[in-house]
Amino acid sequence: MSHRVRVNPITCEAHGMCAELLPERVTLDEWGYPIVDGTPVHGWELEHARRAARACPTFALLVDREHGRDRERESAGRRSAR
Amino acid sequence: MSGPHSTIAEAPLQRARGAAAPVLPRLLAGVHTEGALTLADHLSVHGQLPPLRGGRRRRGREHAAALIDEIERSGLLGHGGAAFPTATKMRAVASGRGRAIVVANGAEGEPASLKDRTLLEMAPHLVLDGAVLAAEAVDADEVIVCACETADASVHSLEQAIEERAVEPRAGRSPKLHLRTVPGHYVAGQESALVNYLGGGPAMPTFTPPLPFEQGLRRRPTLVDNVETLAHVALIARHGAPWFRQLGTPSQPGSALVTLSGPVADPGVYEIEHGASLASLIDAAGGTTTGVRGALLGGYAGAWVSREWLGGVALSKEHLAAHGATLGAGVVLLLSDQACPVAETARVARWMAGQSVRQCGPCLNGLDSLAGTLEQLAFNGAEASVTRRIERLASLTARRGACGHPDGAVNLILSALEAFHGDFAEHARHGACDRCARPPELPLPDREVSDQASRDRVSGRGSSRGGASRDRATRGGAT
Repeated sequence: MSHRVRVNPITCEAHGMCAELLPERVTLDEWGYPIVDGTPVHGWELEHARRAARACPTFALLVDREHGRDRERESAGRRSAR
Repeated sequence: MSGPHSTIAEAPLQRARGAAAPVLPRLLAGVHTEGALTLADHLSVHGQLPPLRGGRRRRGREHAAALIDEIERSGLLGHGGAAFPTATKMRAVASGRGRAIVVANGAEGEPASLKDRTLLEMAPHLVLDGAVLAAEAVDADEVIVCACETADASVHSLEQAIEERAVEPRAGRSPKLHLRTVPGHYVAGQESALVNYLGGGPAMPTFTPPLPFEQGLRRRPTLVDNVETLAHVALIARHGAPWFRQLGTPSQPGSALVTLSGPVADPGVYEIEHGASLASLIDAAGGTTTGVRGALLGGYAGAWVSREWLGGVALSKEHLAAHGATLGAGVVLLLSDQACPVAETARVARWMAGQSVRQCGPCLNGLDSLAGTLEQLAFNGAEASVTRRIERLASLTARRGACGHPDGAVNLILSALEAFHGDFAEHARHGACDRCARPPELPLPDREVSDQASRDRVSGRGSSRGGASRDRATRGGAT
């Protein structure tokens, strides 16, 4: 089981909080939108990732748990894209 | 594989309005310019569908499994652009939770593609047969056939065809058939955008997963198949997988509809076998009328192939992959040698940027910047570092949207850099060329993303929009 960080590009509004709180995983492009390193996160980094996800004003930063083919979204405040 | 294995050189080819040939046309068999094949015409050309699921549920399930197995053996790949195995998608929908829905996708937002509207206009019953069969395969009780709202003739044909079927419903439990018209902008036919629209939202892609096959329209498993794919299903059910494999290549069997445009004597929709040579397609269209500079394969999310390679191009997945291209939804666009490939690419890039539904920052900003950079190069002053800037913008834009729209546009732009590197270098050194100001050759229709869609987004997604679409429901299936 591993966790990965990703962005919902539809809800993301380039507030940039994620890059402040999780600089080891997130950099910003020239328009202020996050470029996310999608390799697995572990340990203390996972705590930082969760904190960044909670801090995102549009809940666009997601920490996904992956085991096998199942995915479970942890970001409680995730807004449906539909 | 059984049956004759045809070589590239002798690949048979038929015109939409052509005469009979030994093996082609399949989808376009019997079609004529005077309008759609009626139900009676359709049955006399293709024959009855084999008897289908009986009343008992167990027999129905066995029948459905057998149908999907046959489609798997046929090797049918989707004709909407992604060439995904149809049987795999059907199986995923069939094993989903809840009663499935089938969506026949004829949205065709690609400006250079006319094959879906042509098929719907000329042979609507073949598509409806396929949709009904797909519904049986995945145990769906409802079929929604989608046509582009600007394609009046295909909408009319479908209305007539659905009405004809209401008179003679198919035995057993037939799915309900609905017709919906959908907006004509580029991404309206993207699976999740289409499902979003049919569910009352704007025709804009949604964040995935869940994908439509898991949780689509009304949260039910939704099979979204291109209309041409479904027409092939109708023929496979009649003639079997070995027959289907008599044409095409082992990994991409069967035939395909292709829209050919550019400087040829007779542009239009042709049915070819996969693996046919580009040269044979051009011959079938009466040959070229001027010199050719290159070809855009796969449409505006496709790739340029320069003239040096065109002679040897075969229209199959494996062969085109070597050129970084695909046939996409069957688009072949020739560019004359009088056109400037840099200017043409710049105009298409601007158009694709305009087709962004402006949901995702990287798509909105990246495509706009890419188009601006290309326009600068084509129409204004020279800029030495432009190629590096394009490549950097491309890497910032691709794979960062909710759908594949930015990736497709980036693909087009990067393939232009490669295919026409000499022209790009020339423009970077000296600025616009004489040919840059010529009128555009590639079609750029006025299909702005509608204000309505933008308003829907601002005022909250999910507003009901029934007024614009012509809905029609009836019971009845193939006969």
